[in-house]
Amino acid sequence: MTTETIAGRRPGALRRLWATLWRPSARYSLAGLLLVGVVAGIVFWGGFNWAMEMTNREEFCVSCHEMKNNVYAEYTGSIHDSNRTGVRATCPDCHVPKEWVHKIVRKIQASNEVLHWALGSINTREKFEEQRPRLANNVWTSMKKTDSRECRNCHNFQTMDVTQQRSRARDRHLNGALQGQTCIDCHKGIAHQLPAGALEAEQKLNESFKKH
Amino acid sequence: MKTGLKLIAAAVGLVLVAATLMPGSLRAGDVRSLRGELAIEENNAAPEVHAVREGKPLDRAYRQQPPLIPHKVDRYEIDLKVNQCLRCHDWPNNTRENAPKVSETHYQDRQGNRLDQIAGTRWFCTQCHVPQTDALPLVENRFTPANAAR
Repeated sequence: MTTETIAGRRPGALRRLWATLWRPSARYSLAGLLLVGVVAGIVFWGGFNWAMEMTNREEFCVSCHEMKNNVYAEYTGSIHDSNRTGVRATCPDCHVPKEWVHKIVRKIQASNEVLHWALGSINTREKFEEQRPRLANNVWTSMKKTDSRECRNCHNFQTMDVTQQRSRARDRHLNGALQGQTCIDCHKGIAHQLPAGALEAEQKLNESFKKH
Repeated sequence: MKTGLKLIAAAVGLVLVAATLMPGSLRAGDVRSLRGELAIEENNAAPEVHAVREGKPLDRAYRQQPPLIPHKVDRYEIDLKVNQCLRCHDWPNNTRENAPKVSETHYQDRQGNRLDQIAGTRWFCTQCHVPQTDALPLVENRFTPANAAR
């Protein structure tokens, strides 16, 4: 097939490229083309996921001083950072979903965080504390919407042996499961400090979810 | 001159010998203290961490004793921004959580005015209230509360 001409005029570069792409190859075998396609696919797909996983590491998260000096400093020494078994849950374990679709959605949202890093929206402790009630409320709300999905990657009501818990924890967990409560309803500020007015904000949030 | 030097040397030697032989002179290991018979450079083994006794609150030892806390509080945040104890112990949360309510005296300021929230002077719970443990007194103690001595 020769280059198509419409009314004797030579078509534009884009149109010619489009035509070439859709024309069957007379030069390369189908198997060869497939092989190249598969290899290129693996490289691009693998590369994409690799690059995404690079942004899913604790070192990446604390490469900004906003994270390192505030939330990471508070997380250090908490039960998810250091404990008797040595099992750790780092930033992405709680703050990035594991399922691919949810992960991509969260990563796209994170581009907004890069913008605010560039703008320096929370680049001092004072600015951060000023924004903390709103930021904490964002995380609580999304946790409530997903039934604390990221917590439940490790903690599960079904596999939780309440007989090994102290009576105080046992009563509350059994009662919470019955009432359809989710982890974040009670477990706020476990890895980071709470914002000012946290107790009032918690009640307001719980009330707003009851109405819906 | 020479004899003078010799005399001084002899005197110093005598004093040193006397000091080491004298009863009551201090040597390493002679000092008894709460940390035991250890040289200054040595360290004691760290004591066991006392486990918090959860469950039933222990009785007060005397009338004015701040009640002990029958659960762990080591990760509770109490600072300028929040006081996590109040999540259960402030009114009306205590009715929902079935927890003991903070004493009414803690809702009064220094002038005795009634407040609708915990007084600033009572904000830091752990200044007076501590978790109960099985820790025994470090030294002998014959304390009896006033009402028992009556």
